[in-house]
Amino acid sequence: MKSTLFKIIGGLLLLALGVFLGRTLLSSSGESTVPMPSTLQYRNVGHSGDTTQVAQRKEFTGQIIEVKKGGSIQEAVKAANPGDLIRVFPGTYSENVYIDKDDISLQGVVIKGEWPTLDGQHKINDAFLYSGNGILIENFKIINYKGNGIMGQAGNNFVIRNNWIIDTGVYGIFPQFGKNGLIEHNVLSVIADAAIYVGMCDNIDVLHNEVFDSVAGIEIENSRHCLVENNYVHDNTGGLLAFITPGLPIKTAFDIIFRNNFVVNNNHPNFGAPGSTVASIPPGTGILIMAADDVIVENNIITGNKNTGITIVDLATGDPKANDPNSEGNPDRVVILDNIMFDNGNDPTGEIKAIMLTQMQTKGPDIFAYGGGTGSTIRDKNRYRTFGLGDYGPAQIEDTKDIKTMMLGAPVPPRSVTDQELGEITYYGVCAGCHALGTTLIGVDTQIIKDIYVDNPQGIVNYITKPLNLRDDYPEMPPQDYLSEEAKMAVANYILEMTN
Amino acid sequence: MENKSTLLKLSILGLLLSGLLLFFFASNKSESYTDLATLNCHCPPGFKLNEDNKCMAKNLYQQYDSPNNQGVGGLQTGLPEGRDGFSPQEIDLGRYLFFDPILSIDGSMSCATCHEPSKGFSDGLPTSIGKDNLKLDRAAPTLWNVGYLNRLFWDGRANSLEEQMATTLFSEVEMANTPENLLSTLNNIDNYRKLFAEAYPDRGKNDDIELDEIYKALSAFQTSLISLNSKYDQYAHGYHEALNEKEIEGMNVFRSFVARCAECHTPPLFTNQQFAVIGTPEPDGLPLDPGAEIPFGDKSMRGAFKVPTLRNIDLTAPYMHSGKFETLREAVEFYTKGRGHAVPEDEKLYIHWHIWEPQLSDYELDRLVDFLKTLNDESFMPKIPEALPSGLNLTFQQTLIP
Repeated sequence: MKSTLFKIIGGLLLLALGVFLGRTLLSSSGESTVPMPSTLQYRNVGHSGDTTQVAQRKEFTGQIIEVKKGGSIQEAVKAANPGDLIRVFPGTYSENVYIDKDDISLQGVVIKGEWPTLDGQHKINDAFLYSGNGILIENFKIINYKGNGIMGQAGNNFVIRNNWIIDTGVYGIFPQFGKNGLIEHNVLSVIADAAIYVGMCDNIDVLHNEVFDSVAGIEIENSRHCLVENNYVHDNTGGLLAFITPGLPIKTAFDIIFRNNFVVNNNHPNFGAPGSTVASIPPGTGILIMAADDVIVENNIITGNKNTGITIVDLATGDPKANDPNSEGNPDRVVILDNIMFDNGNDPTGEIKAIMLTQMQTKGPDIFAYGGGTGSTIRDKNRYRTFGLGDYGPAQIEDTKDIKTMMLGAPVPPRSVTDQELGEITYYGVCAGCHALGTTLIGVDTQIIKDIYVDNPQGIVNYITKPLNLRDDYPEMPPQDYLSEEAKMAVANYILEMTN
Repeated sequence: MENKSTLLKLSILGLLLSGLLLFFFASNKSESYTDLATLNCHCPPGFKLNEDNKCMAKNLYQQYDSPNNQGVGGLQTGLPEGRDGFSPQEIDLGRYLFFDPILSIDGSMSCATCHEPSKGFSDGLPTSIGKDNLKLDRAAPTLWNVGYLNRLFWDGRANSLEEQMATTLFSEVEMANTPENLLSTLNNIDNYRKLFAEAYPDRGKNDDIELDEIYKALSAFQTSLISLNSKYDQYAHGYHEALNEKEIEGMNVFRSFVARCAECHTPPLFTNQQFAVIGTPEPDGLPLDPGAEIPFGDKSMRGAFKVPTLRNIDLTAPYMHSGKFETLREAVEFYTKGRGHAVPEDEKLYIHWHIWEPQLSDYELDRLVDFLKTLNDESFMPKIPEALPSGLNLTFQQTLIP
């Protein structure tokens, strides 16, 4: 009897111990299964075309830098070298993170619904600013910034995904001057201009995002080769936009596909900043194509947009206040394939309302085209209520299923210069300010340097890194330690090999 | 009496001697004068001489690509297409012409009068002073990196340096010369005849100087004014210690989409070479400058100006097209004082969309100024000629640049 009781109590104790151990040990080990960063991976290499799965590009050989609550992401970026992964744990980080390095991955670690959160407190300008190539930013919650959630300037091969962005000022995600990038699985809301703004970029995929309660949902502007697919775009002022803004240095927008998106109930009052291009978008705009060429609209569900489902206009109509003789303002060769469209135009506003009234109609159309443009086509015009599509011929294609992605098959390689070229541009671009071969400028004749350092490029490298003033008749040379090690060695070799 | 005659003899001798001395020194001077007639056969810094005796641009930005070849982007973006391929002799001849007031109708003004090297190749004035001390309408823009610009003048009315200088040389209110007078003046100066023959060896040695040669030489010199080695550039090439914390903060304000400076003043040239109506105020008493509206005949460009480069901006106060702002601090503050706040009431301008209400703090404005000063670089400053081929003097007080 006693032994039975003892066994039961012992069993209970063991059970309690097991539960305790299980809770404490297993739960803490759960977060170590976070996947490797995806800049190290590359989509569509070694995979069939019907997946967005990624294939390994190269082995991860970098360091992992962890940022915990109370730490600084920027400090981690400063410590990071190309190829490193920065993992940010839950906590609130009120900072502006700038990344002027290549191949840095920033990965939030979400634990039990707790996100690493960048909070700009409506005071800080941008959460992430990057200029490097190969930047990954994923799994962050970003709130309350004045400018942008994530802004890129001339960084190629970027991946921005799985971020949750609310009220970050002008733009949510804004790559500018970038080539070959992926923006996917982000949720963005309450953005005063475009939630996702692809500006002056090439070869960008925008996939599987949810954007709502913003002035513009997804905006492809002065960009080429973009695929916008499987996004849920609802309750914005305007949903999907492809257009040319005049007055920008890169002046074209073409080869853009809007495919398989939900473009629903984009009737939000316009709260864009006065003077901004999007401030003139009428609420109730599903898709807006302004001046962009070769835009294909396919298999979208476009419903409940109170002004029009799709608006196609030229610059003279859509943005008459900014002339740019170098921007061609007509939307040419737009292709409308099959789309599900109903319940659009129930309460048109502004010019479209006035124009429809001249047609004795009080509703806006599913598709509205106005102004210049040639070569546009539509697959089945009779399905929709349209205005201004008189010169649209039958579409020459049925679908775009052969186009899986607009991204490139391999990362954009960095422009490579040979050591000889690097030496040459360093010599003439920097050293030539004080040195010339066969003549004395501010510093000594390059011939003297050649004579002293025969077969000793390292000697030149050492000297220019930390010059000693050897000659009283010449001014002291400032250190050239800002040059990269490669540039210093390249220029040393270049000098030693100069003949004229 | 005898004393007097001795004194007379002595003074005659003295006069003779001093005359001889004068002659000796004068002839010495004219010797150095003729020495001018050898033009530099080396390219200026930033250029490499190729086999065809042409100077080809070389700089660290040639390591980088440029999106759609427009030369605008971020830190590591290539430059737009610029002008190079001039001979060292052409460039050097252009240098003499640039500093020589013989180019103006009355020998009072040279290019350097309004584009003075020690003042960032500007003149430090709100608006420049033209012929007969006439106050002109606009400020002299810097010439640093001017070879990369595809439009010249604040209102962009010239498409090339050649077009630009033809306007300035022959404008009645500026250098006020005429093509005929300029050619006859230069062709009557032996030094210039020799220098032009040296710079243009393919034509007959005794041929007359032609206008196109003048334009080309002056263009050649101006395209050699390269400023791409500032502290900012060191940062851009990867040496992040080049800027201190405050300067980096300023750079981040500069490129953020709140201040939006970099949207128009885009690296690496710090201009995107577009036109923008920003609505700056004119100095007291001046009417609104219509800007690009005039050459383009486009109402929407009323008050538009070409976006100027910001390189060496610290050296070219006062700021804006008519010099309204005396300091960089005032200039940056303009952008946060409200969209269109300085537009006259009776004017309707199409203010650029990037002009908005960024609500920059005083701290941020100070940091912006810190950052702008990191764009200074005069390491490729050309030499000012010690003597001019015309024998005239330099038009400005030469300040030595260390």
